[in-house]
Amino acid sequence: MKLEMKDSPGQLVAALKPISDVGGNIIAVIHHREPDSDTHTLNVQIVLALPEGRLDKLVTLLKEQGVHIQRIGKERLLYKRTVILIGHLMHTDLSDTVDRIDSTGFAEVCEISMSMPAINERSTSRVTLKATNRVDMESALAVLRKVSAEKSLLLIEPLEETA
Amino acid sequence: MKAALIGLGSVGRGVAEMIAQKKPGITLTGIADSKSGRICNEGIDIAAVLETKRTSGFCGDTAISAHDVITNADYDVLIEVTPTNALTGEPALGYIRAALLRKKHIVTSNKGPIALAYKELSALAKKNGVALRYEATVGGAIPIMHTLEDGLCGNEIVAVRGVLNGTCNYILTRMAAEGLTYEQALMEAREMGYAEADPTYDVKGIDAAIKLVILANTIWGNGTKLDDVDVTGIDLLTPDALRLAENGDCTIRLIAEAIPAKKILRVSPRLIAKDHSLVIEGSLNAITLETDMAKEITLIGKGAGSVETASAIIGDILYIRDHYDRRA
Repeated sequence: MKLEMKDSPGQLVAALKPISDVGGNIIAVIHHREPDSDTHTLNVQIVLALPEGRLDKLVTLLKEQGVHIQRIGKERLLYKRTVILIGHLMHTDLSDTVDRIDSTGFAEVCEISMSMPAINERSTSRVTLKATNRVDMESALAVLRKVSAEKSLLLIEPLEETA
Repeated sequence: MKAALIGLGSVGRGVAEMIAQKKPGITLTGIADSKSGRICNEGIDIAAVLETKRTSGFCGDTAISAHDVITNADYDVLIEVTPTNALTGEPALGYIRAALLRKKHIVTSNKGPIALAYKELSALAKKNGVALRYEATVGGAIPIMHTLEDGLCGNEIVAVRGVLNGTCNYILTRMAAEGLTYEQALMEAREMGYAEADPTYDVKGIDAAIKLVILANTIWGNGTKLDDVDVTGIDLLTPDALRLAENGDCTIRLIAEAIPAKKILRVSPRLIAKDHSLVIEGSLNAITLETDMAKEITLIGKGAGSVETASAIIGDILYIRDHYDRRA
């Protein structure tokens, strides 16, 4: 989100505090100070991860601090995993395969690169999934596992890092 | 220490040669291949036997069987290195039982009996006060069992991941490096002597799964069976899969993975970052143990080979010599 606040001591900290109060996690803070600006305001861009449903509360708290919110850009799905699928992807209805993930509501397919060497030969694709968090990603992969088994596709999953 | 050697294929030959060459204090009193046997309680002339085997195909008298050697020779430890039969474990299973009943220590490279009958055999060994050691069954020369049993003995092992089949790793390495098809890479692996004439067990992931079963039973004693492992091989991989993986700075490796807390027990090709410690080249093997105190430990080494496997077997024999009372 992009914020505008008074350029006076303690303001930035005051604007950041509500984020942790609502259980959010700050990923980056970009702090612009226009040298020839005489508006006595400060523009700050903050990238943060917020638990579901806490945004309204944060907006209220920020307003109470006298911070003006210029813009809120939402990226709901932050967790990414890439898999490879091999098999008759088109003949087994690729759009259905994608839809089975998208229709979960907590995960979606955000990128597909595909290679189809010849008609009737197996094709290979690299598929990137996005989900709201690690647990949802596990559920999304479980859906994909099931679909792959149904359609006789070979699913190559990424290696998890820790147990 | 007196030993009887059953099996004179690549591994058996390597063991015999290294015992003769390095003189680690092991005397062979019995030796047998699939067709013949020889007993000499004063000590067999290893060089002479290997030469006879090379020229005639027999190591001894065809009237003497492996079973005769096991039941009649005077030895402390049975070195059992016959080929693996993953379905029945035989004839090795019978050999090992017979020697255990005679209160002889066992050192084996044979995956069949250990994967199929670990519980029974280890109980039988314990009852008879002897050792059952099988370092060579998993990871070739890598001292994984010694590491688990000694170095990490105070740790809880949380997870095991490994590249346990050198043939698959060679094929995947070549597919990634040269853009070969699976068939081309397999042919090359055969020419290099990394793949058997019938590579089914390797490329379908069964060999890696058997090794995973042995690891799981050793670490957690949980009675894991081959059927419990979710197995996918590498034989359906396309060159495009490796190319697409490469675009994301990843590659593909056949990974055996066991995490009891998550009920994960599987062997499957996995997408893995190229700088990951399990991404090793050629026919190497690697095993990562995730533990509570030591955290992650990764061992990398030669997964097969005559002398490399002999390293694991001789290590087991000398461990027994140093940790068990020697009987007359």
